[in-house]
Parts: sequence; structure tokens; C-alpha cells
Amino acid sequence: MPKRTDIKSILVIGAGPIVIGQACEFDYSGVQACKALKDEGYRVILVNSNPATIMTDPGLADATYVEPITPDMVARIIEKERPDAVLPTMGGQTALNTAMALHRDGRLKKFKVELIGANAEAIDKAEDRLLFREAMTKIGLECPKSEVVHNREEAINAIEHIGLPAIIRPSFTLGGTGGGIAYNRDEYFDIVQGGIDASPVGEVLVEESVLGWKEYEMEVVRDRRDNCIIICSIENVDPMGIHTGDSVTVAPALTLTDKEYQIMRDASIACLREIGVDTGGSNVQFAVDPASGRMVVIEMNPRVSRSSALASKATGFPIAKVAARLAVGYTLDELLNDITGTTPASFEPTIDYVVTKMPRFAFEKFPGAEALLTTSMKSVGEAMSIGRTFQESLQKALRSMETGLTGLNEIEIAGAPDKSAVVGALARPTPDRVLVIAQAFRHGLSVEEIAHASKYEPWFLRQIEQLVKIEAEVRAKGLPKDAKEFIDLKKKGFSDERLGELTGQSAAAVAKKRRAMGIRPVFKRIDTCAAEFASRTPYLYSCYEGDGLRPAECEAEPTDRRKVIILGGGPNRIGQGIEFDYCCVHAVYALREAGYETIMVNCNPETVSTDYDTADRLYFEPLTAEDVIELVEVERSKGELLGLIVQFGGQTPLKLAKPLEAAGIPILGTSPDAIDLAEDRERFQQLIHRLKLRQPDNGTATSQEQAIAIAERIGYPVVIRPSYVLGGRAMQIVYDREGTERYMRDAVKVSGANPVLVDSYLRDAIEVDVDALADQNQNVFVAGIMEHIEEAGIHSGDSACSLPPYSLPAKIIAEIERQTEAMAKALQVVGLMNVQFAVKGGDVYVLEVNPRASRTVPFVAKATGQPIAKFAARLMVGESLKSLHIKKAKGKHIAVKEAVFPFARFPGVDVILGPEMRSTGEVMGLDVDFGRAFAKSQLGAGSKVPVDGVVFVSVKDPDKAAMVKPVKRLVELGFKVVATGGTADHLRRHGIEAQRVNKVLEGRPHIVDLMKDGKVQLVFNTVDGSAALTDSFTLRRTALMHKIAYYTTVAGAKASVEGIAALSEGALDVAPLQSYFKTAF
Amino acid sequence: MTNLKTAGATDAAPRWATAALVLADGAVFWGKGVGAARHAVGEVCFNTSMTGYQEIITDPSYAGQIISFTFPHIGNVGTNPEDIESINPAARGVVLRGDITEPANWRAAKPLDDWLKSHNLPGVCGVDTRAITRRIRDGGAPSGVVVNAPDGKFDIPKLRHIAEEWPGLDGMDLAVEVTTKQTYSWNETKWALGKGYGKLDKAKYHVVAVDYGAKRNILRCLANTGCKVTVVPATATADDILRHKPDGVFLSNGPGDPAATAHYSVPAVQGVLDKRVPLFGICLGHQILALTLGGKTRKMERGHRGANQPVKDLTTGKVEITSQNHGFCVVPESLPKSAEVTHVSLFDGTNEGLRCTDKPAFSVQYHPEASPGPTDSHYLFDRFVDMIDKSKGK
Repeated sequence: MPKRTDIKSILVIGAGPIVIGQACEFDYSGVQACKALKDEGYRVILVNSNPATIMTDPGLADATYVEPITPDMVARIIEKERPDAVLPTMGGQTALNTAMALHRDGRLKKFKVELIGANAEAIDKAEDRLLFREAMTKIGLECPKSEVVHNREEAINAIEHIGLPAIIRPSFTLGGTGGGIAYNRDEYFDIVQGGIDASPVGEVLVEESVLGWKEYEMEVVRDRRDNCIIICSIENVDPMGIHTGDSVTVAPALTLTDKEYQIMRDASIACLREIGVDTGGSNVQFAVDPASGRMVVIEMNPRVSRSSALASKATGFPIAKVAARLAVGYTLDELLNDITGTTPASFEPTIDYVVTKMPRFAFEKFPGAEALLTTSMKSVGEAMSIGRTFQESLQKALRSMETGLTGLNEIEIAGAPDKSAVVGALARPTPDRVLVIAQAFRHGLSVEEIAHASKYEPWFLRQIEQLVKIEAEVRAKGLPKDAKEFIDLKKKGFSDERLGELTGQSAAAVAKKRRAMGIRPVFKRIDTCAAEFASRTPYLYSCYEGDGLRPAECEAEPTDRRKVIILGGGPNRIGQGIEFDYCCVHAVYALREAGYETIMVNCNPETVSTDYDTADRLYFEPLTAEDVIELVEVERSKGELLGLIVQFGGQTPLKLAKPLEAAGIPILGTSPDAIDLAEDRERFQQLIHRLKLRQPDNGTATSQEQAIAIAERIGYPVVIRPSYVLGGRAMQIVYDREGTERYMRDAVKVSGANPVLVDSYLRDAIEVDVDALADQNQNVFVAGIMEHIEEAGIHSGDSACSLPPYSLPAKIIAEIERQTEAMAKALQVVGLMNVQFAVKGGDVYVLEVNPRASRTVPFVAKATGQPIAKFAARLMVGESLKSLHIKKAKGKHIAVKEAVFPFARFPGVDVILGPEMRSTGEVMGLDVDFGRAFAKSQLGAGSKVPVDGVVFVSVKDPDKAAMVKPVKRLVELGFKVVATGGTADHLRRHGIEAQRVNKVLEGRPHIVDLMKDGKVQLVFNTVDGSAALTDSFTLRRTALMHKIAYYTTVAGAKASVEGIAALSEGALDVAPLQSYFKTAF
Repeated sequence: MTNLKTAGATDAAPRWATAALVLADGAVFWGKGVGAARHAVGEVCFNTSMTGYQEIITDPSYAGQIISFTFPHIGNVGTNPEDIESINPAARGVVLRGDITEPANWRAAKPLDDWLKSHNLPGVCGVDTRAITRRIRDGGAPSGVVVNAPDGKFDIPKLRHIAEEWPGLDGMDLAVEVTTKQTYSWNETKWALGKGYGKLDKAKYHVVAVDYGAKRNILRCLANTGCKVTVVPATATADDILRHKPDGVFLSNGPGDPAATAHYSVPAVQGVLDKRVPLFGICLGHQILALTLGGKTRKMERGHRGANQPVKDLTTGKVEITSQNHGFCVVPESLPKSAEVTHVSLFDGTNEGLRCTDKPAFSVQYHPEASPGPTDSHYLFDRFVDMIDKSKGK
């Protein structure tokens, strides 16, 4: 069946900002979908508010709307573009929910737009717990016992029937937000209420607990002729009860017989048929009782998901690309398997290796939240690894995490070796449970004991047990003298570094011995077919093979071209996410266009960079010195390797610069020494002095005494942070001596090699971010200047910002440009550089310089219409700025970036912003003036910006004066004002009619009662000091959980008033990126 | 990068080796021994399934073959008394990438290693089976010897000689070796989770199945559609078959070269066709039907062995994911006009099914009974029963 010709244009809805549960995997799927649909000749219209995505590059769609993904905004786009169809299955839950809202309110019908990929009825059936259950019963599949609950009364009835423990799942929330497991009645009613609040339809499902059962997922693809294929089975190593996004998972399933596997396969396909997913990819989840094999269906997603991205990377089968083509009418047998180039897409991939996915967490950034895993997803990223066996795969996954692990590293179990303490630790679903299990083996527990406590399948436990035993042997006997024994260790995935730790030597020493014995990894291809057919696609992973007698078979087949290797960013984490993948992908695109062979190295399955057709060659490998050096040597055995790009993937590849240089591997662009200079406080300070620039007063301390002395010299408040971190990890503003002592005692481990930096904190300064390009002739181009909306002291990643600056005078901007240029020259930057400045009282201070790609690069590119990451890559291979013909962008528009936070997932965590970065993603608002652009950024970030109603104001004393003007403006716009005592008095004194309301501690009814009753639409709340923080904590959490727009800084409040003013002037208009810029980029 | 031809230097066993795969072309793959301590010669083939190794090893179609598994973890779910396709495995031995682990399944009764021993099957593990797959892909299936020598003593030249001398499957009739010696009847139905295998209570029809090396699940699938099955030996004549007054006749799968069976199988099948008794064939049965119709078969370069093989039903346009295990195929151009090609492989375009336009007979090259593999094609058994219905005027 050929493609449909009755539709000409298709709207693809993206997933919006990166949040927990919705990360770059939807950029990956969206990019694949847009490319595929464009290739087929359709007009593609795209909406996504996330500027850091590749999919919003103007070349990928015909009309790219970087606009908030809300039903109203999307309706406006539809009205303007009049697409024939909407593809809602590529943008996660956001796209699905938005499309469903437009279907329900009749706007899709009104504009005669058809849903393709999944119809409304199927989406409803899959997403509505009750309908889903009915559908499964109809086809004879069992679900856990369950009941739908909307209120307390129903909750009481449900628990009688279902019993405890029970699982609570809110309807229509992504990643299980607001759900949980209840073990007692109190907990049960709490979670049910939270879930009802979190669900957009006020509904939760209370479900029989299948905790501790085995969990499996099937990735299914179906076409309109009812051809169904399973792309991949996935087994969760963590048992049921832990969200699959937070579980360690393996592919394929390893503990099912064929009979059981086929039952699951048949059930998955039957599920798609019954739900009515006519075309595309879906994911079906199962739980299996390990004792009896009883199988129940848990849920299905009628769209591509995080798991389908994983399945695509794990098998080489591009689910999203195929799903997009199926949505426009193709059948599977009409499509080619890209990887082999000779076989059709209608087959089931088979693999001859084991894939492990490991989630990465950020609990350390959310003090107050318990580091326990539940059915609500908490992880912020993941790494995938590939090995020939589970053990090799597992150990590669551990070192791919970049959390300092080199393998199954020892950890301390509190109370160990006391057995009950160890068992207690095993029973707790903590993020590091794999390590706890390894440690439990070291403490002598048996497989049975560990299985009983942790509910892990004994097969996985025995594999870990064996690794622990081997470690003990290596520790006792030292490195093997025999080549075969050494190979066997490497086959089990032991890194040189881990072997070094076990034998008391450096990784380099181990590597040297290993290589002296001729033991090197080989590279195998991911080819979808276990080598049954030749693969034309160099999608590679390393493993150890052979018997030490002769060389093992390697399938790398490096070419004789001129080549550049780009190192990616590894698993997403707060502070290092999609922005860096964007940069890496742009480097690949630019160098490919310039005729170089591009080679990508990364281990993040969610990304565009790890798509096998992004770069010419892809190595899916951990980003460690050992793994990278080995593949570099294979690549440079043939052709000409110009060098490696390490400046685009964030801190991860940057850390490798030194060992790579030591191994004689050329690094392109700014020298690692210059990067080091910028990071090294002392050296940097000398540079600043030499250039006669200003820095806030500062010093470097290696002890508590030193830190106190420095702080007293420069005066409180000060900003303290460890050196060499990204995302402001453990950065704090400290107001007094006690604070300094507490910080040095609790927050950091300081040593000579790891000092802390103490800076004077510039109160109420304006922070400015600058991205610039420089070439090897020391020409500099300032690409973008961003004025932060929140004041200095709030992490730049968490702060909203405006490009161009909205309040800085031209003189200051010129001075910032001058200083940027001076530093770029002094550091001999070749490529990208980012500088953070603070402006206070007409003075410009340099806060930080990073001669590498920064988080703001994609935002600057989208806001200015200049592909600056691509330019940078060209500069790094020796081209000049002049030859790139860059023209200074002069648009009439304003772009506002806003950060998005995961606070809702971490109960007990305050939403107050600080110097430690906690946002997971960002959106861009683009419009003709600041107010509109800011309003769009707020809508895009998920805030319900009100245009009327009640504003609640409660601010600290120093902020009271500044609050008068914006609140007055709100009153003019028709808002009513309520305020706490002091604030209310102040506002009244300035002629604002403010009604006084009780603080939480002042007795009821208080402000939280008001908020819960829906009587507050906007919250301005600033606080100082820890007492006030605790006092007002509940009101901020209430605002968050009840989705009331809130601002915790004066600057944010002021900006929001401008946004509200713009909104009250009438509906916001939408415009594609292409209309802002004449040139494609 | 392949450097496996320089095998001459490796005739001396390394200290750690307790098993090896010795190929006729000289290559030796050293590893650790599993299963029975002996050696066995056969054609080395690969199978790409990720599940179902116990069914694969007990599939009689593997007679004369050493199976190299591409999936590294074989033995991960152990073995059990249910997942077998014949009592005595006909395969000669196994080649594995990973060590055999302890079983991880609630139904497991015995670790694979013990099970291999109890069936006198030798094996080698720790071998790069992907390298072997690539070798077979590019150079065809070689003859080889798998040897398990716990004492670490090997006479490689002698084993290589055995491999060289082995005549290969071309022209070899293996069906007579694996077929039942006696006629028996079958009423066990398909497996269900929590229930195991069922029993057929009331038979609707009676089918005679000619056993060229039948997998049990074929018989179970027939029983599931309401057919009581009488299984007869491969060499049964038309009279032997028709004597049972069958409503339908089934030709099973089996090992070896189909042409080598022709002298007994073709006349028997011709006799059945002449009486217009509905007939259904699978795998070797498909090839024998083609031979009976005057068609030809040929040996394939590398065969189809796996559970992910796409087959297009040309009559409906639908694609089935199938389980396959065959090294010979029907040459479609050799078929008479009265035989319609109904199925093709989407991997290489080879013939996967045919239908007689003038007689009630059809057959497929792949394995609709699955086990292991997808059950997409189970409907063919219903189609067979429909054909019987029709022949009876129902």
C-alpha cells in the first residue's frame, strides 16, 4: 500500500521542555519523524517550545513553531497552517494530551484535521485505566485487580476489595507523577488524595500490588494491514514497584522460556489490536509472578516512548522513523531495513549481545526528598551499554554512568556486617541497589537471602555474585600473568581502572600490562540480525573476544578518509543535558557538510547523537579514557584522524582531555591547557589582572580555616562552591561564619586537589551570559548576550533570560563585548566560549569563563538565527571566521528562555531558587516584545499565567519597596491583592488595597486554605533566611501542587507582570521560526 | 580483520581448553566443554533465535547438524520436561558463546549442561559464535567436529580428518534415521500457561501424519484443531497411509536432502494426491510435495534458521513472522502450472509455500507450529481443517 496522497501537510507535536519522564528521546523520535515525513514529500509543521532540540532546527520542518504546547496555542497554529493531519505520537504524553484536548473540544473537527498514528478512541482506551481494563478482559488478558477512584468514599470502598499494599496511579500524568505505593491506610488516603490532585481529570486507579514480581516490556510496531512485529523485549532487573524509567533494564528478556515469551508476544499484539493502535509503535508492560509464571498486563503506551528509543538503539531498528512512515499509509514490507540495506523492515530484530540500561539520579540536588524509588519516576537520565554477555554489559553500564563508578565499587552499608542491617539495606529500593547487592555478597550473604530481601531474580544475582568472587580473587592474586585469564577478565567487563583498584595500581599501569599481552577489545556491529546478513552501517560496540592465540574478529573496518571524532555528553543529568547533545549533533552536521568523516561516541540512548545515521560512524561506548582511547586507536589505524572534539559534550568529554592528550591523541580547538586555565582559579585570576578586568573579591580555600578567613576578608554574604563542577553542584550563598562552618563540614569533601572557591556575593546584580566564537587567528564574534531575569546568585541554568538584553544600556553591552573579546584572545579560544558577567552599579564583573560549548548555545542559535555550534566546529578544524561570512543578526524580536523544574516529583523539597542548578529543561518564548515573549516562556514552561483573579504577595523586607510598582500594575489590570501582615501594611501605605491573610503559623483560615480553595491565581513570595523558609514552605509547595503561577524573586515577579499585561491585551499570536529569519540555519 | 585461516598453528591445545570446534577447512575454535564428553561430526549451522534452545535442539530437522547459537546466553532458563519437540535430540552438538548458567525460570527442572549430558550431546562454550555466523554467511555451512574432552587431550588432525571425510548433507537421507519405527496415535494438544499440555477429547477428523522427523508441536497443533493423529513412518507407502482411512494427510518436517527421500516419499504422496485426500506439508513435507508435483529442490548457501523470518502470503499480502529451519529450498521455476506459489521469504525471495490449483493440497517451507518462535502462522492448521471440511462438502 503506497503512502497516502489525500493528505499534504502534517503537524508534528513535540514534547516541550525536558522534564523527568520526558527527555531527549522525544527529540530523537521527533527528528526521525520530521525527516521521514519530509522525505516523503509532505509539508511538515512542527510545534515545540524547547529550543535545545534538533527537531526545532529550521531545516527539519517547513514551518517550525517554537511556541508553548498548549491546546490554545496549538489550535492557533492549526488555524494558521491548516494542516490535513496531526501526528501526536512522537511527542510523549504532552503531545498526546494536547491532541486529545483539541479532539475533545472539537477544534480538530472544526479545522478538519485528522489524527494519524493513533486515533482518539485508541488513545482513550489505552490511557483510561477503566477502558483499558475492560479491553484486556475482553481479549482474555488478566490485569491486576483495580478500581477507579475520584474521592474518599470511593477510596474506602476500593481498599476493601483490593487490600494493602496497593498501588495508586493517577490518570493522565506522565511518568506516574503523584502516584505511589501505600502499605497502610493512612498512607493510602494520603497518596490517593495527592494523585487525585495531580491528575488533570481528578482520577486515580487503585491497583492490586504485584510488588516484587518480574517486569517486562514489549516494543511492538503495527501497520495498517495488521502486520505486527516485536522490535525488542525488555526485562527489568528491578522488580515491580519501581518505575520502569528508574529500573535497571536489560534487552532482550533473559529469564523467559520460548513458550512464555510467545504468550507475551501474542498478548502484546492482541493488546494493540484491541486498543486499536492501527499504525506505529507502542509499548506494552507486563508483570510475571516469578513463582507461577502468572502474567498480568500493566499498561500500554499508544505512542513512541522512552522505551522505544531504548529499543531502537538496542536493536538498530528505527522505530520512530518507521512509525512515521506507517502513519502515512506504508506497510512494513514496503520499507527497507536501513541497517542492512537489503532486507525489509517487516521482520523482528534479533540480537547477539546484551543491552543494559541504567538510570541516573539527582537526589543530591533535592535535600529533603528521600532517595527511594517508587512507581513515580525520579531519574533524570540514563546510560545504555552493550556487551556480549550480561556481565560485560552491566559493568560497562556502571562506568557509563559517570558517577565515579569503575565497576561494582564497594559501598558502605550502615550497620554492616550485621546481617539484619544488610538485609534491611537490600529491602530498600534505593538508586544504588545494584551496589548494595554486590556489597551484600562481600558481607557473605547468599543468593537466596539477597533474592528474598531485594526481590531480584536470582539469575542476575548469581551473575553479580560471580563478579564479586572474581574481584576477590584478583585482589588476592593480582593481575593474571596468562593472556587467556586476562582476556576472560576483560570479557566479564572489568575496566582497567577497576582492575587497578583491586591490585593497587593505576589504570594506566593495568592498560600497559594488558596491551603488552596483546589484549585489545574488538568492535562488533549492531546489525538487527545477529550477523545473518551483512550490515552496511558502522554502528559499533566494543567487547573482548578470542582465546589469546590469535586475533579476535573485529568488524570496525575503519575507512581511509579524513576524520573527526566527536565525544558526546553521556547520560543526561541536571546541568548537562540535551543542549550538549544539540552541540555535538551540530558539530557532526557541520563537519559532514565540510566533507569530513564524522565519528560519534556516546552512551546515551535518548539522544539524536546516538542515532546511527547522525554521524558517519557511531560507537556506542562509555565515555571513559580506556574505552575512548581504544576506539581512537582503531580509527587512526587507517585514514587521517584530524582530532577529537571534546568541548561540545559538557564536562564529561572535557574531563577526558588530559588522558587523551597524554595518549598522544590530538584535541581540536581550544587547547586543554586553556580550558584548565579558565577552570583554575589562581591561573584565571592572574589572567583577569593582566587584562585589567574585575572579578568579585574571591579566594581559594583548602580548609575550613582558610574559607572563613577569605569570607571575612571579602565580607559576607559569599558564594561557596567546589571547583570543577557543572550545574552549580553544592554551590551555596552563605551569610555568616556559622554558615561557612556548616558548609565546609557537611557539603563538601575538601582536599588539596579539590579546593573550594569563595566569592563575594554581589547582591541584586544583573547577571549576563555571553556566547562567543573565536578562530585561530584570534578573531572573535560575540554571538549572543543574554540578560538574566533573576538576579545574580541564582544559577544561570535556573534563571530566565532575555536575548537581546531588555534593560542593559548600550554602553554596558559594548563593555561586555570588549571584555569577552579580550578574554577569548587571551585564552586563544578556537571555537566556542561562554562568559558569565555580573553588572552592578555600572560596573561589569567577570564571574566565570568557559572556553567550550555552553548550555545556552542552542538558545542563542534559535534566538539569533545563527548556527553557532556548526560555525564553531568549522573553526575548530581550521577555518576562519571570515570564511564563514557571519553577519550580525538584527531581528526585531525578543527571545526569552525559561527553566523548568522537577519539584513536583520530590515531595518535601522547597521550590526556592539558589546557586545550585535544579532545572531539568528549558523553553523559549519568541515574540515582538519582552512582555509577550516572557508570557510565552511561562506558558511553555507549564505555568498557568492568569489574566485576572487574586494575587497573593508575601515578600521579605528588603523587597517590599520594589514590589509596589508591579502589584499596582496588577491592580490596574483588575487583580485583587491579598498579602501577609507586613507586606499588606506596606502595600496599603502605597495606596494598594491589599487584604490581609494569615500566614500558615498565624492560625486558620490561612493562605494555604485560600490556595487550596482555588481563590489564589498568582503568588509572589520571596524569603530570606532559613526560619522564614520553613515558615512559608507549605504555601510554595501548595502553589506548585495546585499549579498556581508563582514567582520567588522580585525580578521574576516584575517580569511576570509584564507578561500578564501583554496577555491581557489579547490572544498571543504565533509565528514560525522561518518567518523571523531569512536564512536557513 | 578476519584471521581465522591461520589455524594451523593452533593444533596444540591451549592449557585451559576442554573442548573445541574443528572445521574441515582447518580452523579450530577452542573453548570449554559442556554436555557429554565425546565428539560428534556434522554440518555447522547457526540459529539466531533468542529463546527456545531446548525446542531447537530437540527439533529432528537438525539431524546431522551442529548448532551454533548466535545468542550468547544459552541455558539461561534451564531445561524442563515440557519444552521438547522429540524425545531424543537429533542434533549432533552445540556451540555456545557464553558459559551455561544456572537456570532462571520457574519451570526449570535441570540445568542445560546436565540435560545435554543425559542426551549424550557434546558442546563447546566460550566461542565467538558471531564470528562463526559471519563465516557461514560468507562461505556456506562447513562440516565440523565438536569435541568435549575434559582431560584437555585432543587429536586435532584426526578430528579434522573426520570432518573432512564427512560426506555432508547434500544427498543424505536423514529422515529414515529420525522417523518413528512404529505407527502410533497422538492426542496431546497445545501448551497453556498454568495448565501444561491438553488432551483432545472428541476428534472431528482423523489425520495421518507422515513422520520425516516431525516436531511434536505440529502434532499438537493438529490435535488442537480437532484432529486425531495417526503417525506413520517416513517410508510408509500410499497404501499404508490410506489404510487408516484418513480425512487428511500431513507431511512433516525433517532433516537432510529432500531429493534423497524421493524414491519412497514421492510415490507415497502421489498415491495420496491421486485419491484427492486433503494434504498439508511443512518444511521437508513442503519440499516432498514439490518433488511429487515434478518440481526441484536445491541446497541453499546458508539456509534459514531463526525465529524472526518474514514471509509474505501472496494471496493476502500479509506478512507473518515465522520460525524457520531449512537448508534446502524449492526452486519455484521448476513447479508445474498447477502449483501456485503462495508464500515468499522477504529476506531473500526464496519460496516459502505453494498450493495446488487442481487438488486439495498446500504446503509451507516454514514452521507454522512455531515452538520456538512466533505463532503468527497457526492459522494454517485451521486452513487445513477448512480444506478437509470442503472436501467433505461441508
